[in-house]
Order: sequence, then C-alpha cells, then structure tokens
Amino acid sequence: MKILVAVKRVVDYNVKVRIKSDGSDVDIDGVKMGINPFDENALEEALRLKEKGLASEIIAISLGSAANQDVLRHSLAMGADRAILLETDADLQPLAVAKLLKVMVEREKPELIMLGKQAIDDDAGQTGQMLAALLDYPQGTFASSIQKEANILTVTREVDGGTETLALTLPAVVTADLRLNEPRFVKLPNLMMARKKPIETIDVTTLVIAVAPRLQLIQVAEPPVRKAGIKVNSVEELLNKLRAHEGILV
Amino acid sequence: MSILIIAEHDGVQLSPSVQQAVTAAQAWNSAIHVLVAGNAADAVAKQAASIYGVERVIQANALHLEKPIAEDIANLIVSISQDYKVILAAHSSFSKNALPRVAALLDVAMISDVLEIQGNNTYVRSIYAGNVLTTIQSCDAVQVLTVHGSNFNSASLTGSAEIISVETPSTFNRTQWKSEIRSQSERPALSSAKIVVSGGRSLGSAERFESVLSPLASKLGAALGATRAAVDAGYAPNDIQVGQTGVVVAPELYIAIGVSGAIQHTYGMKDSKVVVAINQDPEAPIFQVADYGLVADLFDAVPALTAAIQ
Repeated sequence: MKILVAVKRVVDYNVKVRIKSDGSDVDIDGVKMGINPFDENALEEALRLKEKGLASEIIAISLGSAANQDVLRHSLAMGADRAILLETDADLQPLAVAKLLKVMVEREKPELIMLGKQAIDDDAGQTGQMLAALLDYPQGTFASSIQKEANILTVTREVDGGTETLALTLPAVVTADLRLNEPRFVKLPNLMMARKKPIETIDVTTLVIAVAPRLQLIQVAEPPVRKAGIKVNSVEELLNKLRAHEGILV
Repeated sequence: MSILIIAEHDGVQLSPSVQQAVTAAQAWNSAIHVLVAGNAADAVAKQAASIYGVERVIQANALHLEKPIAEDIANLIVSISQDYKVILAAHSSFSKNALPRVAALLDVAMISDVLEIQGNNTYVRSIYAGNVLTTIQSCDAVQVLTVHGSNFNSASLTGSAEIISVETPSTFNRTQWKSEIRSQSERPALSSAKIVVSGGRSLGSAERFESVLSPLASKLGAALGATRAAVDAGYAPNDIQVGQTGVVVAPELYIAIGVSGAIQHTYGMKDSKVVVAINQDPEAPIFQVADYGLVADLFDAVPALTAAIQ
C-alpha cells in the first residue's frame, strides 16, 4: 500500500502572530515556521503502518514556495521515502489544495491519503474532506485510531460527545487528530541524511488547475481582548462576587 | 433563492444549535429551509418546524441516515442544492465533516466557523487559534459555511413551518458506520452548559481530576471541561477538551481550576460571560482573562468552594 501524506508549512504553534500595521494581513516575515502539527500526526501514522509491514511507500507532499522544502526535509528525516513539492507563490485555499492533490493522487495512485484534520494557521479543517469529495473516496476525519485489514481501513473518529468507528473501503482519505499518535523526534543524523535526498519539484502552473482564491481577504484585526478582572483573597470573597452577578446562582 | 440549514440531531432531539443557525441565516433576508436527514426522525422534523423564521422543513428518510456518514449527507445536500444560494450549519464535528465535502462537490469555497455575517457574503472568522480576526468576502455563487453557534441568539420556538419529504440518494457503500461510544454523563452537554468547571494538568491524576472537580460540578449542575494538557496526561477524556482543537464554549460561568491558560485553551472559553480562575501560580496567563482570580492551592480551595455552595 502506497500512502500519500500532505504536509503544510505553517507558523510555529508557539508564535503569537502579529498583524501588519495597515491591517491588510498577518505579518509572518521572519517568523519561525514548521510542519503543521496535525500533518505530523498523519505522517507518523503512515510511517507506523509501514513499520508494521502494512504500507510499502510513504510519499510526503507539500504545496507552496521553495521554502516548503524544510517541512519536506523534516518529513524525509522522519522516514518518508519520497518528497514532492508543488511549487507556487500563489495563495492556496483549501479547495485549490484539494484539486492539486487530486492530480497527484491520480498520478501516484496511493491507496491511502493522509492529512492533518486542520492547519493551525487558517483553522479551516476542509482540505481532506474536499479531496475525498473530488476523488469520490470514503473519508475518515478526526481519526484517533486506524487499523488496516485487507482493503478495509477501520477508523475511530473523535466526535462531539464521544467517538465513532467507520469501516472504509480503500482507497480512502483520512485526516489525523492529535490523539492518533505521538510523532517521533527527528534525530540529527536523519536530518543530515534527509538533506541529501532529492525533492521532486513540480511547477503548479504546469498542472493547469485554477487555483485563484475564492475568498478575498478584506482585512485582519486583533480580537477584542478580554480584560483581566480582580484577584480575590478567599473562597468567601469569590462567592460574594459571583452572587452579585445576575443569573449566577451559587 | 433560499437558505438551507442542515439540522444536527440524534434521531430524537434537535440540537439547540439549529436555533442559532436560523438566527444567522436571517442575514440574507430570504426564505429559510431546514434539512432533517434521518430514519423516521418525525419528532425532530416537528421540532425544526417550530423554530420561528423557518419556512419549510425538508425531511429525508432512509435507513442509512439513522447514523449518517458524511458521504451520504453530502450527496443528499447536493441533490437538493440547486434551489439554494446559502447552505449553512452550526459548527460541530457533524457539520465540519460533511460541509467541506458539499462545497467541493459544488466547486465552491467553504467558510468555517463564522463569527459574524456582515452582508454581501462578507464574514468575520478567526484564524491562528483565535489570535487574529479576518474579514473575508466570498465570490462564489453558493455560500457554504458553518457558524459559531454561541455568537448568534437562539430563534424562538414559536413557528409553524410546513414539512415536506424528499427522495434520498442511495447510500455510499464504501463507508460503513460500525459503532459509536457516547460519553455517559448525567451532566449537561459541554457545548451548551450554563456553567463549566474545567481542570488542567495541576490536578495531577485522573482520580484527583474526578474527586476534586466532580463534587463541585455536581453541586453547580455544571459540565466538566479539561485542557489539552490534562487530556494528554490521561486525566480526562478527549471529548471534554476545551480549546482550539476541542470544544468551544461560552457559558454564563466558566471556572478554570489548575489551568495555566495557554492560548489554545483560552480560544475555547474566552467568550464565557464570567470567568473564575483558581491557580497556585499568580503569574499564570489564565488570570489575564479571568474576571475573578484566586491564587490558592486548588486542593484546598475547590473543596472549600464546594462546601460553601448551598
């Protein structure tokens, strides 16, 4: 079984993103970037399937500028067999990403496509489902556990109020929840070796897919800040304060 | 052209978030229809018909919609989509599973978890775990979106819409629903609870998470929540995680106990009306978003608080 894993390059989760002074966009110049954490879970699970002898080849794919090579190197260092960069400087929204990934699925013919359940920059959480729709494939989103038997993938999903288990007939699309696994640490020698591995680069314009954004960004702003209140000194004082609020009966 | 709301329900009870979605849909000043997909979910259809502002309830009945998969829900929506300019649902694990599939099949963008609808298909939503608000405009012919339920008032239950039936496309047979585990709890649902008692990693163990927080939650009639750190440490189940990647809550009262206040967590609770934080560390960031902060050992303060509540 061949597995294609899509990895996105995003602002590191520890960075508090700033807004450009004219409110036109976020300012991510010179900010620390890295692999989207959920995509790292997806890649980790693909690698574990291979280590169990259930997958033959893991291909990491990323879309964006040449800078995305770093997340692909990271993926190779984790253990991916091959890396593909669909290179573009365009602003790619989820539907465009899904369309481009579909082209690559048709070329590579993986039996399983894995992605993170959402990217921590745009928090959209759409690409996996969109890709499954365009391919007319089964989808298992927000996966916290997967098991493969013959051509059936059993996926346990994290849903509001519990979990749900589905059986997907491969080929299928699965999106990873953080609970799926704990990604391995990348060892320095692996990172050094990954630097020497080739990354296949494909110019997005050669794929002839319309990728223009459907959503126009009008402005960005800081959210209203919740003001810090007061410190109370005792449980009694806390209760007195709460009792003074309308609608709170404690 | 009308607005189509996708109803979430459990076969018996309509989710209260549908009433919030109806209020959101009023932004277009067009007829509002609600799709109830289920297996003989007549009671749910009647509840949807009673929401003020709903003109028509469309009921899709099929055995395979008893425990619907995203593939079937999406195909059903697409089969009736030609009459609609807007397809929306309250943001939940149900809608975020199915609606991106709908959007892709219709070749349109989707807008997730909309906080505010400004007219002219312009929306405000948050990115970067709630640290940035973006205003975006969609140029697609059909708008597919989920709305952040707690940002919209609930429409009243004083309406009386007509209920009609539609044909259901055949099932997508490469995905089989197998089973589910629903958290058994006497407590109110986390997403709609009026009071939430939430615990962090400082609780130290699953046993103490339960023994310290449960009595307080029971006395208050509150739902239990947890930080991701507490969930990852195995103190609490994943489905009660509050935050960017978990449940987003906006109760009347949110009591954060032993919670440090990482941005990923505060994203999920910052719209609460009143926030109380109990933490031993006076520098904990949670105090920056709390109305009332108590710097104390939670193992003393929480039992004292529980005892002091009638």
